[in-house]
Amino acid sequence: MDHRISEHVVLDCTPVGKEVEIIVDGQRIKAYEGEPILSALLAAGHRISRYTVKNKEPRGLYCGIGQCTDCAMTVDGQPNVRTCVTPVRDGMIIKTQHGLGKEV
Amino acid sequence: MLYRDVCIVGAGPAGLAAAIEAGKAGASVLLVDLNMRPGGQLFKQIHKFFGSSAHHSGTRGCTIGRQLLKEALDSGVEIWLQSTVIGFFPGNKIGIERGADHTEKQIVTVTAKKVIIATGATENAIRFEGWTAPGVMGAGAAQTMINVNHVRPGNKVVMLGSGNVGLIVSYQLMQAGCEVAALVEAAPKIGGYAVHAAKIRRAGVPILLRHTIVAAVKDPDGCVCGCNIAAVDDHFRPVPGTEETIDCDTITIAAGLKPTMDLVKLAGCALTFNPAFGGYVPLHSRRMETSRAGFFVAGDTTGVEEANTALEEGRIAGISAAEDLGLLSSREAGLMRGEIWTRLDSLRFGPFGLRRKTEKERILQAFESEIGTPQALS
Repeated sequence: MDHRISEHVVLDCTPVGKEVEIIVDGQRIKAYEGEPILSALLAAGHRISRYTVKNKEPRGLYCGIGQCTDCAMTVDGQPNVRTCVTPVRDGMIIKTQHGLGKEV
Repeated sequence: MLYRDVCIVGAGPAGLAAAIEAGKAGASVLLVDLNMRPGGQLFKQIHKFFGSSAHHSGTRGCTIGRQLLKEALDSGVEIWLQSTVIGFFPGNKIGIERGADHTEKQIVTVTAKKVIIATGATENAIRFEGWTAPGVMGAGAAQTMINVNHVRPGNKVVMLGSGNVGLIVSYQLMQAGCEVAALVEAAPKIGGYAVHAAKIRRAGVPILLRHTIVAAVKDPDGCVCGCNIAAVDDHFRPVPGTEETIDCDTITIAAGLKPTMDLVKLAGCALTFNPAFGGYVPLHSRRMETSRAGFFVAGDTTGVEEANTALEEGRIAGISAAEDLGLLSSREAGLMRGEIWTRLDSLRFGPFGLRRKTEKERILQAFESEIGTPQALS
């Protein structure tokens, strides 16, 4: 299921960045270099970014502009990366974050 | 240590306009923004603006954004992206954290003679059972996803709130190929402009007045798969027995915005509470200077309005900073500000705008009576 917009009455939705692959929880997904990691995840249907520390509840996109931290994930071994304001690079390894992401 | 004449925080319409004016006057300007790209929320506003030709009527927000950005770069403005201001220190030193989250971040200290805070606004939340589940998001977040990143956050959406953001984003979600199942509004009438509401109605989307969302329905993974709504009484309490479930995978919340005040508070600027502008706002003069000398504010940080007023306030802040640096004469700066205030009055007009004009006057008067002259922080 691809959630990318291909045709739009106002916008030109031709991807700007080069098509690359990122690895999300071991699975390869298509992404475009420079787009927010979160966009590539939502395009591929991944809605859960992390599970909370105490109640282990899922969280996903909430504010989309780097303020709420609900979309934090572990990226290339670094926990607490806000995926809505972090651009895709080819071959990035993304993991759903559990709690504070200490058990990388 | 880096030295700049002016450091501006926030590269939205207010920050960009301030940077352009200060830059044109000859100041060295550093514009800092935490996002991956400049423009603030302008690039997601793909609808055409209202108003006079002096205020870009008929032009889309994203086009205005590109023009402003070009003008700023042409004025010699330096822009640092993925950079977050984390502190103000004695001697006008500014702590800035640079770099994306997954990289080794650097803390850089910049000394600036003048600081302009234009950090914009934050979406309000409405809490209901399940509101933290993946699939519940701010209407602005959904708008960013579709219009900037060209990705649909979901397929079937329920929108909460019928202000202009709720109405416009509902329409834009449909333009992006999403289905909008319903627009839910607790008040007895639609909050935004009739022209926007008509577009939604024509598309066949029900606007459910005197209704609210009671709970998000979750699938086994804990993500949204539906939405329970109910009618509300005159005190906005759900009426028992009126509950129904709408099938959807996304719930967007358009419950207004509040000024993003973190840096204003950090800088120690005097505040006032103003419901018309969305909450606490900094007291400021007609020069857009706060109670702290050399610290200016502009845009939604001074009270939630829209892109054009943000732009005009930004210009004033940039001009005033340049004036205090001796780059513009008081006469020149005064004349420029006078013209801008006239344009601001034309924007703060009509049934929605006049209240903002009255409230803005109240803030300016409170500054005069309570502050008078901005003071350096000891």
